[in-house]
Amino acid sequence: MTLQHFVDEATSPWMRDEGPDNDIVLSCRIRLARNFANVSFPLAAEEDELEKIMQFFQQEYTHQSFQDFQDLEFVPIEELTPTEKRVLVEKHLISPHLAKYTKAAAAVISKNEQVSVMINEEDHIRIQLYFPGLQLDKALNKAFEFDDWLEEKVNYAFDESRGYLTSCPTNVGTGMRASVMMHLPSLVLTRQINRMIPAINQLGLVVRGIYGEGSEAIGNIFQISNQITLGKSEEDIVEDLQSVVKQLIEQERKARTRLMEQSGMRLEDRVYRSYGVLKYSRIIESKEAANCLSNVRLGIDLGMIEHVPRSILNELIILTQPGFLQQYAKKNLTANERDVLRASLIRERLKLENE
Amino acid sequence: MECQECHKRPATLHFTQVVNGKKMEVHVCEVCAKEKGYMTYPEDSFSFQNLLTSLFNVESSPLGNNGNSNSVFTPAEDIQCEQCGMTFSEFKRIGKFGCASCYHTFSDRLDPIFRRVHSGNTKHHGKIPKRQGGDLHAKRQLEEYKLKLKELIDQEAFEEAANVRDQIKALETKMRGDDK
Ligand SMILES: [Zn+2]
Ligand SMILES: [Zn+2]
Repeated sequence: MTLQHFVDEATSPWMRDEGPDNDIVLSCRIRLARNFANVSFPLAAEEDELEKIMQFFQQEYTHQSFQDFQDLEFVPIEELTPTEKRVLVEKHLISPHLAKYTKAAAAVISKNEQVSVMINEEDHIRIQLYFPGLQLDKALNKAFEFDDWLEEKVNYAFDESRGYLTSCPTNVGTGMRASVMMHLPSLVLTRQINRMIPAINQLGLVVRGIYGEGSEAIGNIFQISNQITLGKSEEDIVEDLQSVVKQLIEQERKARTRLMEQSGMRLEDRVYRSYGVLKYSRIIESKEAANCLSNVRLGIDLGMIEHVPRSILNELIILTQPGFLQQYAKKNLTANERDVLRASLIRERLKLENE
Repeated sequence: MECQECHKRPATLHFTQVVNGKKMEVHVCEVCAKEKGYMTYPEDSFSFQNLLTSLFNVESSPLGNNGNSNSVFTPAEDIQCEQCGMTFSEFKRIGKFGCASCYHTFSDRLDPIFRRVHSGNTKHHGKIPKRQGGDLHAKRQLEEYKLKLKELIDQEAFEEAANVRDQIKALETKMRGDDK
């Protein structure tokens, strides 16, 4: 089954590459929403029209490759098991929204998982490109090239004054959502983040925690993205986002230095306690695991912990989600069984790195 | 700051909502944001649907800048998209368009909505499709030349201005040629 490699490994191949500022920026993403001209949006379209779009992608793009992004694979949502869907969602390759569709929905994913195209989600086409670290400019350029490549064969719904026409008025214009995933443990620890978020919102950007079921960001990971898509060029949107992200990086670095100076021993204690929990616990809930992983990752960034790769946070946060755990166990698990398996996977992974 | 809905958890999402021309701050936690429909999925879909729906229903403010500012829509005046059958009131209720034609059908009533959602913006200034947008690329180029020409004349750089004027003429001739 061609899908297998997408669901077997927690880290996408591109995540293993180094990127600029990747002590704080885990990844960045550009998403472009596009629609076929002369076909109603998925919400209002007939099923056979949506089927035609699916078939078009299957015929035109399966096993094609775009530049260095490797083979594109066509993945019909209907053919996925619930666990497989969940894993693709946990890897951010498809949205939870698309995973709910049973008919006429698909994803086209490049083998290195850097590009994924969702078909018949809220819009006919949603192109997503991921890059490690802070590389928004590069991501935007590549997204444009990929978009042009698709447009050679597709007539997009485009209007001179409104731009790319989308199902939701919040996406019209550029159809672009640029976002950056950041690890900000020191800004959370010093509570500076609480007054920064409203300021960032004022600039037309949205800050969210990832996988946040409750009010706080799990694992101190935040996603910052643009809210406005109309009236500004993609380059300007990306530049605005980038300048805010750079300020956050600077503030996080300052907070790390200050914490080290003022309460280095306490910070070290926190890091090593978390390391101990991850290394020795037998039962661990996802939230505790994420917080400990965040502390260990901070310990790696500050040079306290060696021999554990930086990618451990990205990898284990994804790997210890329910979908992945079940994929790994090859069966459905109760919450308690998941907590046990999670602990054992983390122990195994950390020991592996020590050898 | 605590969440204004549950008064328990800290507010992590902050919006400005404009109601009757008055700005209102909304501070909610993620749980309440999801429950109240400010946000539906954990990944990507910061859905503004409910927020939007509430924005659309503010009809006391003048709609559009085309002079009919006192129009109040009644069901009788509801308009319907010929392509997909969506009515304007349906669009306001669900906060989504049915097809590209909806944008043209509802065009007169969309500016105020876009203005609220996109910080006052109503016109696209970004990418143009490469293959389809041939004429548009030229149009945008023409706009840029004209701005440049004005600048040069203001600076009294007449020689350069003459060059730009020639470029404009050449482009305009080419565009007329393309139309045939
Ligand atoms: Zn609340
Ligand atoms: Zn329509």
